[in-house]
Order: sequence, then C-alpha cells, then structure tokens
Amino acid sequence: MSSLISVNNLSRYYGDHCAVDDISFTLEKGDILGFLGPNGAGKSTTMQMLTGNLALHHGSITINGYDLIDQPVPAKSQIGYLPEHPPLYRDLSVGEYLHYCARLHRVPAQRIAEQAEIAMLRCDLQDVSRRLIRNLSKGFQQRVGIAQAILHQPPVIILDEPTVGLDPIQIIDIRKLIRELGSDHGIILCTHILPEVQAVCNRVQIINEGAIAYSAAMKQYQEKRYHIRLASACSPAQLEAYPLFSKVEVIDERHFIVDSDAEAADITAFISEQQLGLTHFSEYSDSLESTFVSIVSGSGVGADNSTAIAGDVAA
Amino acid sequence: MMVLDIAYREFRNLFLTPLAWVILGVVQFILAWFFFSSIEVFFSLQDQLTTMSNPPGVTDLVISPLFRTAGIVLLMVLPLLTMRLISEERRNHTLSLLQSAPLSISEIVIGKYLGLLMFITVVVAVISLMPVSLYLGTTPDTGKLIAGLLGLFLLLAAFSAAGIYMSSLTDNPMVAAISSFGLLLLLWIINTGTSQSGASGEASPDVLGYLSMHTHFSNMLRGIVNTADIAYFILFILCFIILTIRQMETIRLQS
Repeated sequence: MSSLISVNNLSRYYGDHCAVDDISFTLEKGDILGFLGPNGAGKSTTMQMLTGNLALHHGSITINGYDLIDQPVPAKSQIGYLPEHPPLYRDLSVGEYLHYCARLHRVPAQRIAEQAEIAMLRCDLQDVSRRLIRNLSKGFQQRVGIAQAILHQPPVIILDEPTVGLDPIQIIDIRKLIRELGSDHGIILCTHILPEVQAVCNRVQIINEGAIAYSAAMKQYQEKRYHIRLASACSPAQLEAYPLFSKVEVIDERHFIVDSDAEAADITAFISEQQLGLTHFSEYSDSLESTFVSIVSGSGVGADNSTAIAGDVAA
Repeated sequence: MMVLDIAYREFRNLFLTPLAWVILGVVQFILAWFFFSSIEVFFSLQDQLTTMSNPPGVTDLVISPLFRTAGIVLLMVLPLLTMRLISEERRNHTLSLLQSAPLSISEIVIGKYLGLLMFITVVVAVISLMPVSLYLGTTPDTGKLIAGLLGLFLLLAAFSAAGIYMSSLTDNPMVAAISSFGLLLLLWIINTGTSQSGASGEASPDVLGYLSMHTHFSNMLRGIVNTADIAYFILFILCFIILTIRQMETIRLQS
C-alpha cells in the first residue's frame, strides 16, 4: 500500500528566486497534515504544484500511485482542492456551481444530485443553495469553496486556509468536519493559524523559505502543560517533590509552568489541598508556537530541529 | 463528455450576464436597419434592373451586402465576448478549478471554444432569419444564401479563435478585447493596398491577399465555396487554438 501523496525533491523557481527548495514528504491515509509557514514561505506554491496548477521544475509527485507528470488526469482525479482564493463563478447559484464541479470531476450523472446534497449538508449550505454566489457573504463563499473540494469524495483533500472569513462557530464546525473527513481521507491543511493545526492535525510540518524546517507528529504537543500562579512564593524544588508534576519551569518565584499527565481538575484540587494558594491556572499550549517562532525567526532551535527532521523525513 | 460540459457551461454563462443579450440585440437592430434600407434600394432600382440582360438578383443586392456588414459589425463586437474567456478566469482565480479538475488543458480550451461556437451559431441563425424572410415575397438564390451563411459562420469562428488566444495572453479583459480587435482589423484590411487590381479573385494570388480574411469571405459571399477558402479558415482556427493551448501551458510553467 503506497502513500496517498509522496513528494520527492520538489523544487520550483520564479525566475532566479527559489520559492520551493528540494522538499520531500508523504501523506498517509488518515493523516491530517498541518502545513505551517509564514507568508511567502512557499506553502501555496507547493499546494499549487500538488494539484497541477503550477508546473514543477524538479522532483516528482505521486498521488495515490499516479505520477502527476506522466498521468496527470488520473492523478488529479484523486484530489479535492480549495485554493487560497476559492474558485467561484459568481454568476451561478450554489446548486448550479456544485453540479458543474461534480461534472468536471466526473461524478457519474445519476449520483451528482446526491453528492451535491451531501456536500451542501456537510458545509451547512442547504439554505442558500438557490442563491447566487455573488450575493453570499465571504464566510458562505468560503464554505462553497470547501463544499467544492469535498464534493466528489476524493482520497486526498487539500485545503489552503479553509477558515479564512468564517465566524467562530463556523470555524468550530469546519474543524469538526475536517476531523471527520480525516478518518477516511488524507488531508493537507495549509494555514498560518497555529491553534487550527493544534485543534485538528495529527502531523505538522513547518515550511520556511521554501524548505521544510520542521516535521513532527502532533502527539508531542498534546502532553499537558499548565500555567500556574501561586499566592505565596514557592521554590521549584518544592513543587518538583510532588509526583504529580513531571517537570517544572520557573518564570518567577510565584509563577510556574508545569508538565503533568493529570487532568486539570485533579491538579487544581491537589494545589488547594496543599494550601499553596492558587491565583491563576490555565492550560499552557503554545509549545508549537514557540517552535514556529524560533524556526521562522531563524534562531538556534530551528537549525537544531532541521537536522533532526532530515532524519524524520528520510525515515 | 467533459469538453461538452465545459462548452455548455460557457454558453450558459454568456447568457447569465446582460452582455450576450445586449450584443445580440444591438447587432440585430443595426443589421435589420441595414436590411430594410437595402430592400428600399432594391425597389428603387427595380425598373433599371428589368432592362438589363443579366441583372443581379435580390441575393446579390440585399443578402450579400447584409452578410458583409454583419461580418464588419461582428468584427468589432466579438472581441467583447471573447475577451473574458480566459483572462477573466485568471483574474477571478477560477482557472484553478478547471486546472485541478481531471482535465487536460486542450480539453479546457476546446471546451471554451465550442461554447463560443454555440453562441455564434445562435448569432448566425438569428441573422439568417432576415434573408429567409425574403422567401415570402421572392425566390432568393438558395445556394448563394447557404454559401454566405457558411462563410459568415467560418468568419466568426475564426474571429473567436483569434479572440480566445488574445484572451489567454493577458489577465486584463480590456487589453484582450482591444488587441483582438486590432489583430482582426489588421487581417481584414491587410490587402487593401494590393487588392485593387486583383479584385476579381484569382487574378493575382499575392501573399497579403491570401492572408486577408476579407478575400476568403468575399469569395463565399459570391457563392463560391472553395476548398482553399475553407482550408484557410480551418487552418486559421486550428493555429490559434493550438497557440492558446501552448500559452496556457506557459502560464502553468511561469506564473
């Protein structure tokens, strides 16, 4: 069983400027791969190459066993793609548009209506199916774009900033939808919103200046860290003595970040039991953020990681 | 059949905006005006015509000039329709829908072109109603009428092919419209300097005369359906379609 997507030594130049420099990665079924990067890092360029919108200059892309260069048509039929700018025909109604997309993606004629219905249901578009796309708000247009990408139930779904312009409730719904789809599809989620990656992805890749600077499973970010502030001063040794905390980081004498595998409720109960006087307690989950910032700003951590990642990708 | 799906969508899209309706309406109005004045002229000349031994009929005096005018009017108007075909998709970022669908670039271009041909068929059909109405009162030369309609259709098909190519060159529809208008006008008048002597057709088969669309169109309006003329239009269309496909490949490679 081969990977859904395997990318080998992909490069792309714009004139002399190298936008994507020799990147390789794979996507397996059930993966939700978060593709992170600052603006202009080459995220969208990579996605455009994966979907056949841009020619590649070096390397190869195989999608579900089809080489994108040798067999472009079967390869592209494996993909659903939401580009950065949703490709919407503003003069069509939502229903007409989705029917047309279904036809373009070779959905059998008798199944078009059904598939369009499912996609509209999933993206919560039933109420607007007869309205013209030009009259919809940005959030609805974005959802029509997502519906278009999942319409033909492709094995690979590539979403380039899918939650732009959505309201918070919609964002939650769409993330839920992505997680749902993730169980039997391979998904690449391209974004610069870190919490989004943390919320839905099981793997993360950070791309910076055209190269993959970091690649890891999300598990390591799921270890629980808490931010605690105490009413009175306390030494870290005192905290470390409790078996509940596996690691204690000091910010100042009353202010700590602790790692623990216990639930939040247990920790708060424990601290009040010890009469340490808890004044602040929150989940501390920005370790991905600190990785991201250090890579993007080019400090030492990034360099360290990139050597580690070379091994990760090769393996 | 994917090509036909794209063609049909393109054809329907034209009628979603007022542009196609306005173009049909305006062209029809101008041509109807011209048609009636030609008939007036024909009536006023009728006395003289009866005295001639081999007089030109209603086909030569009304139908051929009507088609010639239709050709010139549409030379100005068609670039407005073709300008959007590819440039607007690039500008609105909708091209990526077609490019990431399981379609080859030739299917996209040919589909769009066929959609335009459907529209042209409508234009020619609507224009042909005027000469056909003459059957109520007289008997036009059916052969010449059909040759003329075929000529007009091929001419408009050639205009569209040039227009779609110009549309693929830029993402600004206005630039596409003006450059295709310029190209078509140039190809229309390219032989004006040399054609005076060889107006009768085969007299001086010079290069510029061969390049001019006007020469080939005129032949067909005179009722001469010549393989050379048909081949000219077919080659013209093929050439621009292939250029468009090449240009789309280049966009994918460079943009």
